Amino acid sequence: MDAIILQILNGLDKGSAYALIALGLTLIFGTLGVVNFAHGALFMIGAFCAVTLSRLFNLSHKVAVPGETDFLGNPLMRDQPYLYDIFGEATGAALIDWAVPLAILFSIPIMLFVGWAMERGLIKHFYKRPHADQILVTFGLAIVMQEIIKYYYGANPIPTPAPAAFTGSFDFGAMLGLDPNQIIYPYWRLVYFAFATVIIGAVFAFLQFTTFGMVVRAGMADRETVGLLGINIDKRFTIMFGIAAAVAGLAGVMYAPINSPNYHMGMDFLVLSFVVVVVGGMGSLPGAVLAGFLLGILESFASMSAVIDLIPGINQIIIYLVAIIILLTRPRGLMGRKGVMED
Amino acid sequence: MFGLEKKDAKLLLIVAALVFFAPFLLNPFPSDSGMAQFNAGYPDLMQRFVIFGIFAIGFNILFGLTGYLSFGHAAFLGVGSYSAVWMFKLLSMNVVPAIILAVIVSGLFAIVIGYVSLRRSGIYFSILTLAFAQMSFALAYSVLTPITGGETGLQLALNDPRILGAAQTADGNIPVPGIFGLEMRSTAELAVGPWEFVFNVGYYFSGILMLASFYLAIRIFRSPFGMMLRAVKSNQQRMSYTGLNPKPYTLAAFVISGMYAGLAGGLMAAMDPLAGAERMFWTASGEVVLMTILGGVGTLIGPVLGAGAIKYMENIISKINSDILHGWFAFLPDGLEDFVVAIIYPFIGKGWHLTLGIIFMLVVIFLPGGLVEGGQRIAKLFGKKKTNDAKDGAEAKTPAE
Repeated sequence: MDAIILQILNGLDKGSAYALIALGLTLIFGTLGVVNFAHGALFMIGAFCAVTLSRLFNLSHKVAVPGETDFLGNPLMRDQPYLYDIFGEATGAALIDWAVPLAILFSIPIMLFVGWAMERGLIKHFYKRPHADQILVTFGLAIVMQEIIKYYYGANPIPTPAPAAFTGSFDFGAMLGLDPNQIIYPYWRLVYFAFATVIIGAVFAFLQFTTFGMVVRAGMADRETVGLLGINIDKRFTIMFGIAAAVAGLAGVMYAPINSPNYHMGMDFLVLSFVVVVVGGMGSLPGAVLAGFLLGILESFASMSAVIDLIPGINQIIIYLVAIIILLTRPRGLMGRKGVMED
Repeated sequence: MFGLEKKDAKLLLIVAALVFFAPFLLNPFPSDSGMAQFNAGYPDLMQRFVIFGIFAIGFNILFGLTGYLSFGHAAFLGVGSYSAVWMFKLLSMNVVPAIILAVIVSGLFAIVIGYVSLRRSGIYFSILTLAFAQMSFALAYSVLTPITGGETGLQLALNDPRILGAAQTADGNIPVPGIFGLEMRSTAELAVGPWEFVFNVGYYFSGILMLASFYLAIRIFRSPFGMMLRAVKSNQQRMSYTGLNPKPYTLAAFVISGMYAGLAGGLMAAMDPLAGAERMFWTASGEVVLMTILGGVGTLIGPVLGAGAIKYMENIISKINSDILHGWFAFLPDGLEDFVVAIIYPFIGKGWHLTLGIIFMLVVIFLPGGLVEGGQRIAKLFGKKKTNDAKDGAEAKTPAE
């Protein structure tokens, strides 16, 4: 029992990341019909938004420490972040501590802009070209984004800690009335899961309950007819691209404390997210979310030592194996509509 | 000649001449001049040119002719490398059986993967091949360690059986790969004045195999079989309505290109007898896609050019550092010099991937025919008659309607 709960919990944070990225990919595919290989790069840029904000907050200048001198007799200098000057020491320190959650606000306009620029500047010209060309050009774009980040931030992972309030872990088992110290779970991962749920809920609510969302859904079902009704669907799809980019970026921002951002983290997630999209069903939003969590949990079950003893190496290949089986037996995926990209 | 049309024969002869005289052509700068760092005529790099040329030619047979974009071709390269190293360990250090086994094993592997993956097309095919390749990579890295050497890679050891050859040399070293006694690494040097030219056995061995692969690719492109593959690309539905089953043709193309990749992998192991799982990683598959598109997909010479261009960038451009740049622009006034260097610096040296990404995007957007199409456009601009491969480029662009 303990082990099962623990594995489900372990699967949730990875599953949340898969679900968020896959949701964005599906939004883009479902609206614009574009296969976006640069989506992992957007996730990575989100993570680096967090890095950037925490670096900005930590910008500091030298001040003398009153009453103390170094060994040469000069006044002792220490670094003081500019934030301390502006907001006072307590608020400044709190801001620095909360850099990662604050980066959410910081990253949304950036990601919306990146998404908008990508769609208007590049993807727009590829609607009529084959899927292979779309894959290739976005793959090239992913390389370019990755290299730009590498140039400015270096090749090494950059640790970006979560706020002190969320570091450490708590005893989940004791809360459920099980034996203590059996299920230990880091706070931040729970935060990540909650955050992912909120974002996913927000996207669905936006599509379901707003007029804008209704038009977009209509456009996904039949673009031509919506256009004939005199609605500028292209403009709305461009905005959806920006939203999809923002979802990927937010997933990246909050993932920064879990895994120190490096420039190729997007590519690592991209391959798996594509598999998730395919398993969920190309173009199906609930499918992408469901498959994301399912595969995340499945992966963590497969890495239990009991399972590995039974089938060695299964934890490495389980996701791909599931994808292959799904593609061959039910190509439209778990929740895909019949006839969408089924060849 | 050789059963080829005059134009193709001419192309083959040009490529053959380029391969044979590469040690001269790639070393145009005297070795003591400042430009010597642009010389690419050293054995290691020349071997890579032709080996990745083979890999890209094979990939082009699948992608260029049938339009199926595989994102997992590096798996076959890796399998080829592993098989070749196992042959060195078990049989002898002769490269011939090693390469034959590499081609056969990767061909069998391609039959299995191709049979499953080709049940889908379009993006699903790309993702299936990607999934298979990542699976092979993960397995080679972890569970299959007894066969693949895991993280350290598969290496030769002194206590390998090598039933047909010596387990170790007289002085107790691991023997080196060779062909009937001629070592792959042996080189002859020729100094003409300040120029130095290096002739390497391994390079010429790979070069001859590359020419053979190139010849075979021309024959496939011009054969009725090649025509069928083009039919798959232009309109698969129409093909099946005329009563032809596209499956066997695409599977054959997949297996052939897998065998090309295996040959390249075997040659890599023959030049340097070790094999690692990272050769199967999906970025390695991405690299061959880049090469083929950059050079010109669906053309004969394109993939070879693309492979050469990327390997040249990887090995030469990546070595330029800021000191060298400052040296070049030293004639400018100080402030301007720093400015120019600061502008150029992100694109060279360690940032060569950025340049590659940008060039690749520009090629996909503006030049779907790659460098070959670019060359043709330039040739047209100057009013010259197109020579190389013009027919291919035209055919690839206009589907048979």
